[in-house]
Amino acid sequence: MKLCIIAEVYAHRLLPISFELLTRALRLMPGQIGALVLSDGLETGELDKLVACGADEVVSYEASWLGTFRPEPYGAALVETVRQFQPEIVLGGATSTGRSWLPYAAMLMRTGLTADCTELAIDQATGLLLQTRPAIGGNIMATIKTPNHRPQMATVRPRSTPPAKPTPGRKGTIHRLAPPSEWNHSHSLLLSTVPVDESQELSAAKKVVVVGRGIKKPENLPMVRELASLLGAALGATREVVDRGWLPYSCQIGLSGRTVTPELYIGLGVSGAIQHLAGMQTAKRIVAVNTDKEAQLFSLADLAIVGNVMDVVPALNAKLRQGGAL
Amino acid sequence: MMKIALLIKQVPDTRTVRMDEKTGTVVRDGNEAIVNPLDLYALKAALDLKAAQPGTTVTAISMGPPNAEKALKEALALGADDALLICDRAAAGSDTKATATILTAALNASGPFDLVLTGERATDGDTGQVGPEIAAAAGFGLITFANSVTATAGGIEVERKTENEVERWKVELPALVSVTKAVGEVGLPTLKGKMVARRRVVPVKNTTELGLAPGNIGLEGSPTRVVRIFRPSITRNGIKLQIFDEASLESAVDVLASFVKGEEKA
Repeated sequence: MKLCIIAEVYAHRLLPISFELLTRALRLMPGQIGALVLSDGLETGELDKLVACGADEVVSYEASWLGTFRPEPYGAALVETVRQFQPEIVLGGATSTGRSWLPYAAMLMRTGLTADCTELAIDQATGLLLQTRPAIGGNIMATIKTPNHRPQMATVRPRSTPPAKPTPGRKGTIHRLAPPSEWNHSHSLLLSTVPVDESQELSAAKKVVVVGRGIKKPENLPMVRELASLLGAALGATREVVDRGWLPYSCQIGLSGRTVTPELYIGLGVSGAIQHLAGMQTAKRIVAVNTDKEAQLFSLADLAIVGNVMDVVPALNAKLRQGGAL
Repeated sequence: MMKIALLIKQVPDTRTVRMDEKTGTVVRDGNEAIVNPLDLYALKAALDLKAAQPGTTVTAISMGPPNAEKALKEALALGADDALLICDRAAAGSDTKATATILTAALNASGPFDLVLTGERATDGDTGQVGPEIAAAAGFGLITFANSVTATAGGIEVERKTENEVERWKVELPALVSVTKAVGEVGLPTLKGKMVARRRVVPVKNTTELGLAPGNIGLEGSPTRVVRIFRPSITRNGIKLQIFDEASLESAVDVLASFVKGEEKA
């Protein structure tokens, strides 16, 4: 394998990020793609899905003690996989696991890592991985290379690409390896877990209504909530709104919040700081309402309305109520 | 009783940051430098542990230019016991690996510490990598995204939130823990705290004093290289409607209503 993606597992099933990483990998190095999977057991057929979706080689370590991420065993497994299979590139998801595992392992291997890449490409001249990410609070983009250290490592945001689609009959090799018990040493002992069902809702929503500082005060939120409910949309917010405490952090969209890829995005009083755009620019259809005709979100909008949110939203709600359910 | 290190970073206020349109670089003048807001949650976690266990000490450590002393004085004013600034031109251009190498050396030089606390990331670099890299370099335990940290007989207990679950961990020390907003706000310094901090002299060390070789730090010690900086251009050519009276409001809302119902493709 030339490129290794880090698959992620929860409750014995592969998480979508695994297949999103395959989409990235297929654009970079088709035919030379590996996948590393650590788990405490998988449902039948899960590893075959990785092959069907683009992996040529799957490395699977299974043990009861690999069920939950711990830096020491997971770090050891990634270091060993790199030693054995010598990938030039390692790609992981910018998830709570990936954001901890990859930097930990990168330091063990004394190599570099670029977080939260929005674009990945191969430099034609040198064959190096070009890692592009927002920098300085998202005000600029930086392209980064790792010229002399291997592997070249990067994380990408969950939901920043669609998952790879399976090709029936696609062939690949699956290595089921037993992890050595020496890896099972850690400072951390898991005492208990409680599943959360927090607004994955927002990340997975087909429609989102997003409020920015332009809604002026939290008293204006009820009309926005009504609009969201009429549309069957999730409610999101910019960092400014969350920092003011008008909506919880779980609503925050952008570089330091969630990434969304909805069918419909409606930005109300959202100026469109690049830090926010980084979390929503892949939305299929974008509406922006803002009094400031220079608002940056307008440059991205399919429908831009220069006007006051507090006029537009009540009028739209009235219209949608009239028109019946969508 | 623990010896806690708190890692803090001085950052430009990204909410007011101005960009030079021509060069694509940050305009530093007049742009207020602040303590990375997410590091203040780590300070809060440190002060709570200190309050719960008398004898626990908190040392704030920062790497940065001379005026990063201000950030450390803020930590002292809020209740940190000691501070250390790592300041050296040779550290300029360090990526996260080189930064983690330098901070690990700083921890070794002023430690040993039982617990290292950090914010989940800095608001300027936005990587969140330095903490886990230090844990790997120092051989410490690591817990990221902690919602709470409490001291127990043999170490600490930490609640960690992931996309899927809330996990409770028992962690042996030494360990590095990055905390989230959920640990709570640190509040404002007292007048007494401010006065004490103003009189304190923050010790400064350079990388030679930390025993670091030039090849391991700065640009030379950084595996990653920024090869291009540009302003993102992401433009769609949509419809623009202007509202200036009742009639224009009504027609805009008509278009909007059909658009959101998916009847109109812009």
